[in-house]
Order: sequence, then structure tokens, then C-alpha cells
Amino acid sequence: MRYLPHTDEDIRNMFDAIGVKDFEELFMTVPKSCRYDKEMALPEPKTEWDLDRYMAEIQSMMKITPDHTVLIGAGRYQHYIPSSIPSVLGRSEFLTAYTPYQPEMAQGTLQGLFEYQTLTARLLGVDVANASMYDGASALAEALLMGLRVARKKNRVAMSAAIHPHFREVVRTYLRPTEFEIIELPFSEDGRTDFSSLADEEDLAAVAVQSPNFFGVVEDMEAAAEAIHQAGALYVGSFSEPMAFGLLKNPGDAGADIVCGEGQSFGMPSSFGGPGLGMFGCKNKYVRNLPGRLVGETTDLDGNRGYVLTLATREQHIRREKATSNICSNQGICTITAAMYMASLGGTGFRKLARLNYDKSEYLKRGLQDAGGDLCFSSPTYNEFVIEFKDDFGPVQKRLMEQKIVAGLSLAKYYPGFDNRYLFCVTETASKEVLDTVISEVKK
Amino acid sequence: MKEVDELNLPEDLQYTKDHEWAKVTGDTVKIGISDYAQDQLGDIVFVEMPSVGDTFDEGDEFGTLESVKAVSELYAPLGGEIVAVNEELEDAPELLNQDPYGGWIIEMKSADMTELEQLLDRSSYLAILKGE
Amino acid sequence: MRNGPGNSGLIMDEPLLWEKGKKGRNGMSISASDVPEAPIADELCGEGPDFPDLSEVEVVRHYTRLSQWNFGVDTGMYPLGSCTMKYNPKINEKHAAAEVFTAAHPMLDDEYCQGTLRIIYELQNYLAEITGLDAVSVQPAAGAHGEMAGMLIFEAYHQSKGGKKRTKILMPDTAHGTNPASAALCGYKPVPIKTGTRGILKVDEIRELMDEETAGIMITNPNTLGLFEENIREIADIVHGKGGLVYGDGANMNAIMGIVDLKRCGVDVLHLNLHKTFSTPHGGGGPGAGPVCVVKELEKFLPTPRVEFDGSVYRTEGDRPDSIGRMHGFHGNYGVLIRAFSYILTMGAEYLKKASQYAVLNASYVKVKLKDYLHLPFDRPCMHEAVFSDKKQQEHKVSTLDMAKRLMDCGYHPPTIYFPLVVSGAIMIEPTETESLEELDVFIDVFRQIAAEAESDPELLHSSPHRFKVKRLDETQAARNPCLRG
Repeated sequence: MRYLPHTDEDIRNMFDAIGVKDFEELFMTVPKSCRYDKEMALPEPKTEWDLDRYMAEIQSMMKITPDHTVLIGAGRYQHYIPSSIPSVLGRSEFLTAYTPYQPEMAQGTLQGLFEYQTLTARLLGVDVANASMYDGASALAEALLMGLRVARKKNRVAMSAAIHPHFREVVRTYLRPTEFEIIELPFSEDGRTDFSSLADEEDLAAVAVQSPNFFGVVEDMEAAAEAIHQAGALYVGSFSEPMAFGLLKNPGDAGADIVCGEGQSFGMPSSFGGPGLGMFGCKNKYVRNLPGRLVGETTDLDGNRGYVLTLATREQHIRREKATSNICSNQGICTITAAMYMASLGGTGFRKLARLNYDKSEYLKRGLQDAGGDLCFSSPTYNEFVIEFKDDFGPVQKRLMEQKIVAGLSLAKYYPGFDNRYLFCVTETASKEVLDTVISEVKK
Repeated sequence: MKEVDELNLPEDLQYTKDHEWAKVTGDTVKIGISDYAQDQLGDIVFVEMPSVGDTFDEGDEFGTLESVKAVSELYAPLGGEIVAVNEELEDAPELLNQDPYGGWIIEMKSADMTELEQLLDRSSYLAILKGE
Repeated sequence: MRNGPGNSGLIMDEPLLWEKGKKGRNGMSISASDVPEAPIADELCGEGPDFPDLSEVEVVRHYTRLSQWNFGVDTGMYPLGSCTMKYNPKINEKHAAAEVFTAAHPMLDDEYCQGTLRIIYELQNYLAEITGLDAVSVQPAAGAHGEMAGMLIFEAYHQSKGGKKRTKILMPDTAHGTNPASAALCGYKPVPIKTGTRGILKVDEIRELMDEETAGIMITNPNTLGLFEENIREIADIVHGKGGLVYGDGANMNAIMGIVDLKRCGVDVLHLNLHKTFSTPHGGGGPGAGPVCVVKELEKFLPTPRVEFDGSVYRTEGDRPDSIGRMHGFHGNYGVLIRAFSYILTMGAEYLKKASQYAVLNASYVKVKLKDYLHLPFDRPCMHEAVFSDKKQQEHKVSTLDMAKRLMDCGYHPPTIYFPLVVSGAIMIEPTETESLEELDVFIDVFRQIAAEAESDPELLHSSPHRFKVKRLDETQAARNPCLRG
């Protein structure tokens, strides 16, 4: 077996040194009653050749292949990934290292994370960003728990019904065993969150609003900040498509106290939903309540600049049951990937690409309206938008699928009454030709 | 770390088994940590303090001290109201290492100053440190 | 004379990203737009991020140089206890990078994703088989996330049974730090249990502490001292007798595959760390995956959705009312799941069991060869790791940290240090099965030499490391005056 270097002779010599005669004796502390009393029923070991064949068979079961254009976002976005990223970040010095607990031999990871924190804080308009959470959904749950910690004696949180339905489910899971209550804020006809009920709410620690929201609608974040702060709560600004902040205002500048969202758009493929990363930041005054790992700058014995994990006393391995979260990792290589993507685009490129995404999605949005679709929400959108069709859209979707275009996500199972409504997403990867095909099929 | 006989333990203070000290001035009591506590904790990097006006019962946790890799709780040696906190510690937590007796943490006003009588004098505290 | 970026040998200096570049450069080409520019209201627009503009060459050199300041498993032996830094096979990377998988969108209907769903389904089954438990969810994104799922299952189970709310949980002092934090998230107050003189749990103490207000116990087995909890079955019976559940922290599963059946041990819920036992790379901190495995009775509480198979079609399951709910936005860290799947298929039952046997063989060998040089607080047969301390070196004012830093200069990643907390100055060595006898012998020689240096030249150890881009870093300064961004 190519991963196991032991020869029979090595094993004998090691048994002799240890003073045991065989493996049975080596495992003498495992009682018979705990033993695995049969062989594990797993497939026979496969060589690389056999495994390649097996995986090829599984791959062939996929009906959607890389040459499809997927006009669906909803939390996973198809963006072009420069070849430099997988090539350089595939380096095993990054990939096969552990958490940087020994900073002198992990300066690569640590400087990379410090740069990520910096770029992320600048992008989201916050004072400080951590080195990432598992994903956008769990980051939202952690943000609301953080809001409850900061507010101390309050027991309720609110979230907009226009937040990604899966994100809301994860929040419910995280808060399930606690005494905390979750209320959901409805959205108005224009697709934006309706804050009018906030004035009557008491005991609210934090309110979460996603922008652009699940419908692609750009929320009025300044109005949100005002309404939420009026209610005495912290504003948690959530997102699933951070590309938007290349063009639009970011949540921090608009007044959010905590920001969190999914960062997969930055250099990572969809990968059936993971891995990506949860981007997470806050205002400086809340930093000691921040969950997750942080890297800080310091100096070495000679006064040279270097980086270490810091403010670790917030974390589980020290504060144990009083920690800010049980999280003890970050998304590591995904975090460095996001930083390298942001660096590759640069400020100029980022703005240009964000604009290109907007223009392309507006093109399809207008085209589908001209073709007879109804735009469900009147507010401005970014990359995604909801269209309602009068006739059954199924046959159109089928025709488009035959042309390798996956057009729109049915919202029927996510919102009652949304039976003929579809969420479309357009990024820079969709050509005008593809968009025109969709429009003309709808017209047919 | 210091040996027990290297510790600075002033005579005019009272001590607790949690390695805090208390000093009465007029009708208020200043509270800090002993030389032993600062030495054991190592470099203190952050002090979490209560707000003026907060009240505590004897034995309540009123704050925490953080070193790079440890957190330890601070307990009120007597019940009462916080009348002042040492704001200098917010920017300079190292004061507790440099001068644990100059670097007080909180000042309390107690309804029942007799609670102080249960605290330890220097020799009883020293005996605890020596494991007697 | 100027050195250029050269620091020492192949180690280059490299500034921060924003200390480089010039406005107008770009590291990623963007095609010209083929659609008309659309109008947008000014009040929606921001200024765009303040990022440096860099060319592709600048970015590539930047990250290449950064990578050279890192030590990974591919660089050398990484005996970091409890972290299982085994070799990460390259074939796993190839399969995880297959474009048909990376392009798969998680919101599509099942009929389009039969391949990706099949991998989840088969992996669920393999992990059940390996642990001996009945049902698995692969959704949790890390070990701590799996643990949290486990605690949520505890809570859901007890709630379904009705009765008085259970508020406590038994927690050995050798537990991973995440255990108390995960339990606290679910409202359980940890009741600490002291390690006995043999380094394992005592049955009597559990009998005394377990009551009907206690939700159960969290046990790491083998524990963090590297010892097998021999009394686990009896302890489980006591806990079950009081209506409690047994949680197994599977972080140390690498010692027992094919050897121990967790169900026969009485474990009800277990999480696995695919990035430890199943060889997926740690990536400098993540992503990992922490599947949660349960006995039949608890299956209905598992996170949703899981994948089902009716003999012809793989399906994402529908609503399961008793489920604790969703833990992750989609199916968890799917890319990590493919790697573990590929590893299990490569190893099969035969080599997974051998991996565990050799992991224990390697740790036992290191233990025997070092115990005359380092203090061994529990001199008993160990499993996949051995825990020493700096007691002998303390006489010369040399600490575990000093020895760890010196090891770095000698070409090794240090073991886990100062954990578990029950051993003062702990040095926790987990060689893993992928190190050869020759590698171990050199490591042992080096550690013996460091023990000698602790007596002859303590200053050398205090000032280590010497051969890296930076010397020992000031963590106090970092925490006192946090500088968290540039």
C-alpha cells in the first residue's frame, strides 16, 4: 500500500523494541467487548487506475456538465476563476499545513490571513474582519448569537423573510435549544424588507437583513440601519453575493454593526455547495465578542514584522464553555483563495467586473420582461431577479436545458404563492448569445 | 516564576484565597490582584471591568483578566456597589504586572464593611501560598 | 551591497499586498462587455473597494513566496498530537477537482445531480460501517460543527422523551476544548470529571455523578492522553441506566478503525474528522468536515437533508419533522467529502485497519524510545499518540515551548504542546502511520539531542528558532495592542 511504508521487517523490529509480540498484544488495552468482531464491509482497495474508472462512472451520472451555463445563483455563483489561483494555491505548503499554532513556521498562512482580513474589512466597510467562518449560513447564525452576547439581557432577534431560506433554517437550528426567540420580518411588494413592525418590538438584540437579498433586491440599507437602531438593536448585514460591493454601497458604510455572508464568489467553484467561506466582520467596539479566529501583526525578537493568531482568549480552547463560539477552525485555504482573488482583480478590476455582472443581469431582466415575463419586485436588483410567467415555464426550461442552459430556479417550494415565479441569476460567465437564446425561447 | 519568599506582599492589605487584595480608604474599598496572581498569570493583556454603579454580592464574578493564553475570573471579596474602575487599565493592562498594588482594579462601597473581617491578613495569606 | 528580496537561501522577503502594485495594473483579464450599459441610481452606488492593483506575476510571486514560509506534511514529519497529520494523497485532490463536480450547483433538482448525490450516499454508508453506528449525516463542516450537531441531537432526544429538562453534561478533564463550548451552546453545563491515576475514567466516579438531570457524557476515546478508555462499556451502561446518552468525540478514530466497534462500546452519537482520520488536507486551518454518526434510535434527529437511495434514484430527503434542522447552507464541505470518499475506496477495509495498527505501532515505538529522555506521566500502553512533559527539563529552566521551537530548527513541526491540560507542560506526539521507521529514528535522535542540549546549552533553546524568516514572535504585544488589519 503506497501510503504505508512499513515492511514486515520494520514491524518485527518495532514489536521487539516495544516488547510486544503482535498487534493483538499492542492493542491489549482494548477490551474484547469493544472490539470490531468482523471485517468492515467496504469495497476492495482500488488502485489509482481502478479508482479513476469508478469515479468516471459516477461523473457520467451528472446531467449538468461544465459546458452548461447555469443561470441560477441563490447562494452559489458561477464566476470565472483565473488559472493562477488553483495553480498557486494548490501548493502543498498551503494545503498540507495545519492551523498556524507555531507562527514561525506558518508565516505564509498567517500573512495570507492578515491580508484577507484587511481586504475583507475594506470591502465590507467594517473595522475588523475575522479569518472566516464555515459558510454564509452559519456565519449569520453566529452573528445573531454575537448580537445576543453584546446586548446581554435581551432575548429576541429578528430576521428578514427575504434572507436566503437555507440561511434562515441554519439560524433556527443554532438557536433551537436556547431560550431566544426569532421573529421574521415580512417583505413588501417592492421586494424589500418591511421594517414597520420594528417600532413596536421590544427586547430585540439584533436584526438581520440580507442585501442584495434572496430575490436579488438591493435593500435600502441606510433606512434599515435607522429603523433597526431606533429599535435599540444591532444591525446584522448579511449577504450571499459580495461581488455586489464592487458597485453598490457596502453594509458597513450603510451602518451595519456586524456583517456576515458567503464568500464563495471569490475564486471558488460552486462545488455542490461547499466549501466556501463565511466572511465576518464588525465594528471595533465589538471585537472581543467576535467569534472565530483572528490574526494580528506583531514583531519578533529582532523587531521584524510578523503575524500570529491573537485574542485567542475569546476562543474555545481557552475559555471553554464561556467561549464566544465553539468554532475552532476557519476555512483556511478558501480564505487565502478569496484574498488572492480580490488581489488579482484589484480595486479597478473589481469595480469593472461588478459592473459587468450588473449590466448582464439587467440585459436579461429587461429581455424577459419584453418577452412577456412579469418582474415581481420593483426595487433595483443586483445579479438576480424574480420573474413570474403567465404560462407554464416548464416546457421552456426543458427546451433550454437541451441547449445546455439551466434557466431559473423555481421558488414554489420556498415561498407560498410563488408557484410561477423563478429566480434568475446572471454573472459575467453568461454570454449575450446565451441570454438572447433564453429570451427568444420565452417569446416562442 | 517567583518563589514564595520572593513575593511582595504588603502588610497593610487584606487578601483573599483567590489572590486578590483589598484596601480600605474611608468608606470605600479598593480591590486588585496580588503579586502572586500577576506572576502566575504572566503578561496581562486585557482587563474586563464592570461599570460604575453595578452591584455585586460577595463571591460574584465582577470581571476577568486575560493573559495571552489564559483567562481568569475576578471575584468580589465583599458585596457592594462599584464606585470607580481603574480606567488606566484599559490602555495599559501591564500596570497590573508592573505594580500590582498601585494598579488597583475597582473601588467598591459596601453596605456591610464587616464582610472585610473575613479576609486574610498577610501571614494567613502567606501560609496559604506556602501550602500550610 | 543590496540583497534584493533574498533573506536566507530560498526564503524571500515579501511585503503586504497593498505595499506593492500600481493603479491600473490587473491580475485578471476581464472581457469587454457584449451588452449595453444599464442605468443605475447613484444613491445605490458605493466607491468600490480600496484594493491594490497588481499584475498576475506580482500576485503569483507573492503567494509563491508566502507558501515558502510554511511547513506542511509534504515538507516533513508533522507529529502534532490529536491532529492526525498523515499524508494527504494526491489522487484525492484530482477527484475533488473534477470539473463536473466543482461545477455542480446545489440548488438543482436531484435528477441532474445523481453523481454528486451518490457520493454522499455511499460515504454515509461507509462511515456507518467504519464506526459500527447506524446512520450518518455528512453536513457538518468541521469537527466542532459535528460536535454541535451531536449536542443538538442530545437536546432533541431528551426533549422528545419529556420529563424534567436536563441541564448538565459530564465532561472528562481530558476533553478537547471544543467539547465544553459545544455543550454550552446547547444549554448544558459541563460537570468536570478528573482523570484517574491510570489516565482513564473511573467507573465509580461516573456512577456518583450521573443523575437524571444530566444529559449524558462526552468521551474522547482513545482519550487525549492517547489511552484507551477501557471502562467505556460499563460507563455507557451507567449513563444509559439514568436515561442519558453517550457522545463519542471521534477525533482520535485513526487509532481504532476496524479494531473498535463504537456501538459495542455503547456510544450513541459520534463525530468524525475527515481531515484527520480520512486524510483530507488541513489547508492551514480548513476546510474540514465533521460528519455525525448515530445509533438507529437517534437517526430521526440527524441534520437534514441527507441522501436516500431507492435502488435506482438518489434523492435529497424531504422534510423530517424530528430533525434538528439544517447545519450548513448546502451539503457541507462537499469538496472535502469527495477526498475522504476517494481515500476510503483506495484503502478498503484491509488498509484502513492497517493504518490504525501502524499508527499505534509508530506512537508506541516513539514512546518507548523517548521515555528515558522525557518525563512520561502515564507509562501505560498507548494508542496513536504519546503524551510526555517537560518535568525533567524544567530543572534546567527549559520548557516545552523551548523544545518545540528548537525542533523547528531541526526540520520538524513540533508536537502539540500544553495540551491536554491535565499534564503540565504536555508534549503530545502523534507520528501517524505514514511515517517510516527511518523517519521515526531520526526524529527520536533529534529529540534526544534536544534533551541533552536542555542541560548543556539552555540558552540555545530559549532563543530558538533561528533558521526561519522570523524569530520568536511577541504574542503579548499582539494581544495588548491588537493590529488586525492593514
